[in-house]
Amino acid sequence: MYEGVVQSLIDELGLLPGVGPKSAQRIAFHILSADPADVRRLAQVLTEIKDKVHFCRICGNVAAEEECRICRDARRDPQVICVVEESKDVVAIEKTREFRGRYHVLGGAISPIEGVGPDDLRIKELMKRLADGEVTEVILATDPNLEGEATATYLARLLKPMGLKVTRLASGLPVGGDLEYADEVTLGRAFEGRRLLDV
Amino acid sequence: MHVAHLALADFRSYDSVELAFEPGVTTFVGDNGQGKTNLVESLGYLTAHGSHRVATDAPLVRHGAARAIIRAAVVRGDRRALVELEINPGRANRARLNRSPVPRPRDVVGLLRTVLFAPEDLALVKGDPGERRRFLDDLLVTRAPRFAGVRADYERVLKQRNALLRSAAQLGRGRGGPPATLDVWDAHLSRCGAELLAARLELVAALRPLVAKAYAALAPSSGSADFDYRGSIEETSPDRAMLEAALLAGLENARRNELERGITLVGPHRDELALRLGELPARGYASHGESWSFALALRLAAYDLLRIDGGDPVLILDDVFAELDAERRAHLAELVGPAEQVLITAAVPADVPGSLAGARFDVGDGRVNRVR
Ligand SMILES: Nc1ncnc2c1ncn2[C@@H]1O[C@H](COP(=O)(O)OP(=O)(O)O)[C@@H](O)[C@H]1O
Ligand SMILES: [Mg+2]
Ligand SMILES: [Zn+2]
Repeated sequence: MYEGVVQSLIDELGLLPGVGPKSAQRIAFHILSADPADVRRLAQVLTEIKDKVHFCRICGNVAAEEECRICRDARRDPQVICVVEESKDVVAIEKTREFRGRYHVLGGAISPIEGVGPDDLRIKELMKRLADGEVTEVILATDPNLEGEATATYLARLLKPMGLKVTRLASGLPVGGDLEYADEVTLGRAFEGRRLLDV
Repeated sequence: MHVAHLALADFRSYDSVELAFEPGVTTFVGDNGQGKTNLVESLGYLTAHGSHRVATDAPLVRHGAARAIIRAAVVRGDRRALVELEINPGRANRARLNRSPVPRPRDVVGLLRTVLFAPEDLALVKGDPGERRRFLDDLLVTRAPRFAGVRADYERVLKQRNALLRSAAQLGRGRGGPPATLDVWDAHLSRCGAELLAARLELVAALRPLVAKAYAALAPSSGSADFDYRGSIEETSPDRAMLEAALLAGLENARRNELERGITLVGPHRDELALRLGELPARGYASHGESWSFALALRLAAYDLLRIDGGDPVLILDDVFAELDAERRAHLAELVGPAEQVLITAAVPADVPGSLAGARFDVGDGRVNRVR
C-alpha cells in the first residue's frame, strides 16, 4: 500500500478494463514522473468527456449532441435498423460503407454470468422506436460469440411476431470474437449476405 | 507419426531441456520424483491442451517462472511440423506452428496425436462419471480438433444457463415465473448439446468392438468388456436434429426442478458411460486387476481408433508396467510393440518387458541423458 492519493490513483486505474494491479502501479508512477502539463491535459479531457459527450437520445451511440450524427442525417434510410452491442461496432460497420440505415446500440449483450439481462440493455428503447411501423427490417449485428448469439435469438423472438423482417449477419465472421475484430471486407460481405433468422 | 525433437522451457521441474528421439521404443528410467512423468506430460499437453494430472495450468509452470514453453518436432510420413505452445496460467496460451504465431492455440490441436497410459487411468473405471466423459471428449478432440470448439461452446452455454437458474432460484420460485431469457438458453444448450451428444454416441459405437477386442487380448480368461452410454434423455440415435428436439423436451420437463435447484439437470454434462464386465457393472464390482485391464483396453481402443483414422499416434506408457502382473505386462507389450513410436517411463527397468527394448534415457538430478 502506498500513501493516500498515490494509492487512490492506483486503485482508480485498476478499475479500468484490461488494467491489472501491476499495470495500474506502473501507470501511476508514470503519471507521477510525467510533465505536469501533459497530466493536466489528460485530466482535462477526462473531465470534458463526461461533460460534453452524451449518448444519443435515439440510438444510444456516443454523440457530441443530444442526437448523434447518423440519427440527424436525413439521407439515412429510416426503414432499416442495425442493432449492435457497442458504439465501437457502429464505427466498424460505418467503415464498410455497406450500410445506409440507422443503428441501435444495446450497451452490451445478455450474459447471466455477468448479471446482464434484457432489462439492462436498451431493448425497451428499441421497441419504442419500432412502434410507429416505419421500420421494416431489423439487422441483428451482435457479436458472433455465444452471448451475442443469445441476444440475437432473444431479440428475434421478440421482433418476429411484430411482422418485421429480422436478419442476422452472414457467417464468415470470426466466430467467438468481437464484431470489431472483423476486417472491413469480411464485415461488408457479412452485411451483403445477411440472412433471415428463423427462431 | 513420431516426435523427433522435444524442447521444454520452465515446464514443471525443467528450466530447459532438449531431446532428440527416433521412431520405435524409447524408455526413460529414473527414481521416483526425478521428472520422468513431467517429460511425457508435456507431450500429452500438446495433444489435449490440458494435463492428465492437473485441472489447472499453474502447476505446469516451473516454480518461480511466469510461463512454460513446450516445443516439439512432429514427423508424419515425410512431413515435419514444429509445434510450440506457451502456457500462460490465468491468461490465454499462445501457439506457434513452424515458428509463426497462429491466431488461436486451438489451431495446432491435432498436429501431435498421443495416447497416454498413466496410473491415473484407473479412475476411468473406478472414478466418477466425469472421468469417462472426459475420456470420450478428449478423444473426440484428438480425432477432430473442431470439437475443442464444440466442447468449449457447450461449457460456456452451461455456465451461462446455470448462472441464470441460480439467480432465479435465489429470487424464489413461483415469483413471476421463469426468467424471460431461459427459452433462449434452452435453445442454445440443446443445439450445442446435440452436437456433442451425437459425436459421443458415434464414438461409443466405434469404440465398443475395439474395447472388447483389447480386453479379450489383455485378460483372455476374464469376462467380456462392454459399455452403454446412459444419457439424461432417451434418444440414442446420433441424429442431431432428433437429439436437439429430445434435449429441448427434456429441459422443458425438468424446468420446475431446475428452477428450484438452480442448476441444469439435462444434457451431456450429466451423462455416464456405464462400463460392464460380463453382466456386472465394472465400477464397484471389478477386481483391481480387472479394472486395470479395462482401463488399458479403453486406451488401446482409443489408439486403434486413431490409427484407423490414419496416422499412427504416439503411444506413451507412463509408469504402467509397475502396476501390472507379469501376464498383463506381456500382453500389453505385444499390443503396443508395433506402434511407430512408444515412449515408456519406469523406475525399475526390469518392469518393462524385454521385447520393448529400445533407446534409453536416464532421468535424474534435473537432467535427461541418453544411455549409449
Ligand atoms: N511446477 C513445478 N516446478 C518445479 N518442480 C516441479 C513442478 N511440478 C513438479 N515438480 C517436481 O517434479 C517432480 C516430480 O516429477 P515427476 O515427473 O512426476 O516424477 P517421476 O520421475 O516420478 O515421474 C517433483 O519433485 C516435483 O517437486
Ligand atoms: Mg511418474
Ligand atoms: Zn443516434
